[in-house]
Amino acid sequence: MPRSTLTGSRIRDRRTAKGLKQADLAREVGISPSYLNLIEHNRRRIGGKLLIDLSRVLEVEASQLTEGTEAALLNRMRQAAADTPKAAAEDDRSDEFAGRFPGWAGLVAAQHDRIAQLERTVETLTDRLTHDPFLSTSLYDVVSSVTSIRSTSSILAGEEELDAEWQGRFLQNLDNDSRRLAESSQALVAYLDGVGDAQGGASSPQEELEAYLLRNGFHLEALEQGTATPQDLVADAGLISEPAQILALAYFTRYQNDAACLPMAQVAALWSEMRDPAAMAQSTGTDIATVLRRIATLPDADPETRVGLVACDASGTLTFRKESPGFSIPKFGAACPLWPLYQALTRPMTPIEAVVEQASRTAPLFRCYAIAQPQQPTRFGAPVVIEATMLILPLEGSHQVMPKVEPQLIGSSCRICPRDGCSARREPSILADGF
Amino acid sequence: MGKHVLLIEDEPNIIEAIRFILSRDGWSVDTHSDGANAVERVQSMKPDMIILDVMLPNKSGYDILRDLRDDPMTAKLPVLMLTARGQTKDRELAERLGVNQFITKPFSNSDILASVRTLAGAQ
Repeated sequence: MPRSTLTGSRIRDRRTAKGLKQADLAREVGISPSYLNLIEHNRRRIGGKLLIDLSRVLEVEASQLTEGTEAALLNRMRQAAADTPKAAAEDDRSDEFAGRFPGWAGLVAAQHDRIAQLERTVETLTDRLTHDPFLSTSLYDVVSSVTSIRSTSSILAGEEELDAEWQGRFLQNLDNDSRRLAESSQALVAYLDGVGDAQGGASSPQEELEAYLLRNGFHLEALEQGTATPQDLVADAGLISEPAQILALAYFTRYQNDAACLPMAQVAALWSEMRDPAAMAQSTGTDIATVLRRIATLPDADPETRVGLVACDASGTLTFRKESPGFSIPKFGAACPLWPLYQALTRPMTPIEAVVEQASRTAPLFRCYAIAQPQQPTRFGAPVVIEATMLILPLEGSHQVMPKVEPQLIGSSCRICPRDGCSARREPSILADGF
Repeated sequence: MGKHVLLIEDEPNIIEAIRFILSRDGWSVDTHSDGANAVERVQSMKPDMIILDVMLPNKSGYDILRDLRDDPMTAKLPVLMLTARGQTKDRELAERLGVNQFITKPFSNSDILASVRTLAGAQ
């Protein structure tokens, strides 16, 4: 129904735009005007030679008269309508609207995308300002220094009979505080310069490494091919801070080991065939976490459907982030405790699979695979170090594709999660009324 | 000797400045810099009032204030709270917990002195 409806509406729209009468177009393609009328009113299906003849006369590609090229546009429009139910958009006529007014339809979809992008930026900035320990510490330092300077200078300015010993102490304090103020102010300015780009500004060694990996699509061909060592890569990565270089060396070394266990060609073939990380681990004699990491390093066919990966330690701190579009991962502070990643942490060595819906305007669905495994102990008697890993696969078409699956409802982090009545909530959300 | 004030603050130079201001005005000033055992210190010293910073190591000023108000011995002890955060919600939280006065850093010496005189003088 949608295909024929759209096609008929478009034929009518195109004919009108070209100033052709219905009877003239019908004659040109060898059908009766009444039959063309039925087509234009979406009461007859059309395809094959007739569609090609009509497109020739209307001087348009046949594909442009069908819905196929605009399926994504219609999907975005429907999402826009679903996100703003108060507008009561005529969802059942969205295909007709897109066919008759493709420019306006494109504008609706583009604005919907833009709103989603801006919301993401707001979330990122809010997240950073709320939870960023560096910013919080720096501001506290500045205020403390200013407080001390103000109070001390008032004493020095107001006390006429201050003895030399006190005077010397306060002058020394003033000097110390002014130095501290200068240092914390400089650090703050340098930091805020980097915040200008809310999406790309790296404020921590982990973010610096993740920015490098993002630029390389999280796929390091030199390590896959064995043409470079982890040390070579660190030297060429252009990472500025020493902690980022240390993190990078650890990451590259693990990447190299993972690649030796599971070469890329094997991962690609098995993933294409099985789509099951546990089965892949079974067939290759590898552990599941390694398989999850290797799947996440497959080259992205489409950035919009990029596979995500997160890892955390036993404290729940996220130690690695590869975002999948639509799956929001907090850069600071703790993530949603309902993530399968954390459920895995409570059941080490138990593979967990779940379809999840993350709270947002578009309510995207993802299939997640998670497992928590102990890391290789460094010596007998060493404490057990657990790491949880979760692969995030976007499910295209969301609810339409998975009508029978009841997804687990999750968020990003409490601060920016609008879900009411969540039993796992740690703190109130800033997103009142669903933002 | 004037009335006794306990200053709970972890910034040494701020401590020195406030101690000087109050001592010159005739107050007896003791100081404490760690949040962890601040309540016990208050209970043992029995000051006439306390000046309490919010951001302290190991335990926040809010938690200390809550504990003081839960103890009948210190439930009515005058508390002047100092904080670098002057947002309404911080002030409201402090008031809900039973603070007597709330001053935002950076403060003026005269404000501190006036508040201490008012609070301790009302005892």
